[in-house]
Amino acid sequence: MTEYLAPIWGLILRDTRVLRRTFAPFVTRTVMNPLLFVFVFAYVFPHIGQDIAGGPAGATYATVLVPGLVSVGMVFAGVGAVALPLAMELGATGEIEDRVLAPIPVQLLAVEKLAFGAAQAIIAGLAVFPLVTLVPATEVHVQVASWPLLLLMVLLAGLTAGALGLMLGTTVRPQQIGLMFAVVVAPITFLGCVYYPWAMLHRIPWLQYLVLLNPLVYMSEGLRAVLTPSLPHMPLWAVLAALAGATTGLGWLGVRGFVRRTIA
Amino acid sequence: MASPPAATALSIEDLIKVYPGPKPVRALDGLCLEVRRGEILGLLGPNGAGKTTTVGVCTTRVVPTAGRAVVDGLEVQANPAAVKRRVGVVTQHNTLDRSCTVAENLYYHCRYFGMGHAVSRARTAELLEQFRLGDRGGMMPLQLSGGLAQRVQIARAIAHRPAVLFLDEPSAGLDPQSRLALWEVIGDLRNQGITILLTTHYMEEADRLSDRVAIIDHGRVLVVDSPAALKRGLGAATVIAVHTERADEGLRTALAGLPEVHEAHLLEGGVRLLAGARDGLLPRIIEATQGYGLRDLSVTEPTLETVFIKYTGRDLRD
Repeated sequence: MTEYLAPIWGLILRDTRVLRRTFAPFVTRTVMNPLLFVFVFAYVFPHIGQDIAGGPAGATYATVLVPGLVSVGMVFAGVGAVALPLAMELGATGEIEDRVLAPIPVQLLAVEKLAFGAAQAIIAGLAVFPLVTLVPATEVHVQVASWPLLLLMVLLAGLTAGALGLMLGTTVRPQQIGLMFAVVVAPITFLGCVYYPWAMLHRIPWLQYLVLLNPLVYMSEGLRAVLTPSLPHMPLWAVLAALAGATTGLGWLGVRGFVRRTIA
Repeated sequence: MASPPAATALSIEDLIKVYPGPKPVRALDGLCLEVRRGEILGLLGPNGAGKTTTVGVCTTRVVPTAGRAVVDGLEVQANPAAVKRRVGVVTQHNTLDRSCTVAENLYYHCRYFGMGHAVSRARTAELLEQFRLGDRGGMMPLQLSGGLAQRVQIARAIAHRPAVLFLDEPSAGLDPQSRLALWEVIGDLRNQGITILLTTHYMEEADRLSDRVAIIDHGRVLVVDSPAALKRGLGAATVIAVHTERADEGLRTALAGLPEVHEAHLLEGGVRLLAGARDGLLPRIIEATQGYGLRDLSVTEPTLETVFIKYTGRDLRD
């Protein structure tokens, strides 16, 4: 196993180099969507008097948005940083070849992709966080009760985003990328309990249960639990279990897909 | 103490590969082959003969249905990661990492193979020099011509000093000038003693570069020998292509019956003859083609293509 460490480190160095080269577009891509969203709904709306009802428990709508938009940023990074390049490298250009031939089992290469995607998702979350707390015109109430728990939650959310990216990247053909955004990414982000806490969906029970299939729900709810605990949120144990399950399940599908795409 | 390296760098035993699907494809059908250390073995066959699948199995990318491949004493299926340390691969397509410069392609390849920073940098500089890419290290792969990209791919493939280098159709899609430059590079590798399995469907490439040539068709090796021995084995000094407006079995039989003609193969638009001597033969051929509309007669020395036709009954381009 130790003989694999140096090759894996080489793969990480390569990915880091590519990330550094493309850092500006990466951050721009990551922050634009949340920035515009928070600008329109938490800055423009309050100023022009267009009413968006405040969140539950007396919190502002801007506060509700914080964990949700950070989570969306992470999912976008997972898809953008893992799924898109991987779909091209596997399907169109074949340029993953040299890394597939690195002297490690290909499964480890897939896991490296997942882990690096997780790291990028976490960077994306960190990039989005200041925006969604500073831009709103109304008060944002963020309160970290437990740093270790926040760290654990961010890590698990990142891994879930990376695993989702790996699964999509090994499933989607390059010519289906547009379709993937319409059919997978858009529903995940719009129905990911980003703009409202999950508990408030109780008035639409079928939707409340349907969205449990969406991994983003647990990312949003988990960050809600550790960043804005005054808002309703799922119990921590349920979130942790679901995120661990999502990472494992999506990761397994992703690694299996990766092996299928690289070994005939 | 490591034992002295065996004389065989690569041995392929009864390899079978069936790609599953609604219409399963039997790409390899009991392929056997040995590549000796330090030689260039040319795997010559038409498209679909199983060349790329053979390379795939030897380089861990294709799982065989049956049989085995042994690289440098290691069975591929049982030790994929260790085998990857011992093989270098240049595929048909440009698989250079488009997000990295030429130098980075080489540098990170070295890192994937466990070399440290300083060693990887030194090796990169050495390869850029050796492959006359010195001033192109900073270029991105998409800026390179096909010939240059192929040269970078070869440099990358040998960066970790593999025991066997696999070149899969290395000159496919290259212009004639780049092809000649590539042959020079491959010749240099041979002089350095690198073991190479070269797949190609260009007989001239196989003839020029290979110490031995294996002719492969329908997933089996039909014959292996040096190009010269293969051509000698035809027992014919001359190949005469007889192009006619129509050709049939009757014409073939008539031509096969002429003196000095050893073999006659019916091809599209004519008949190909293997003959001992051509003195006095041409007038007889002209006579025999009366009524078939003779269009052209060409007389050449035997080539590997002739050998291929002899073993498969088909033209390499069919």
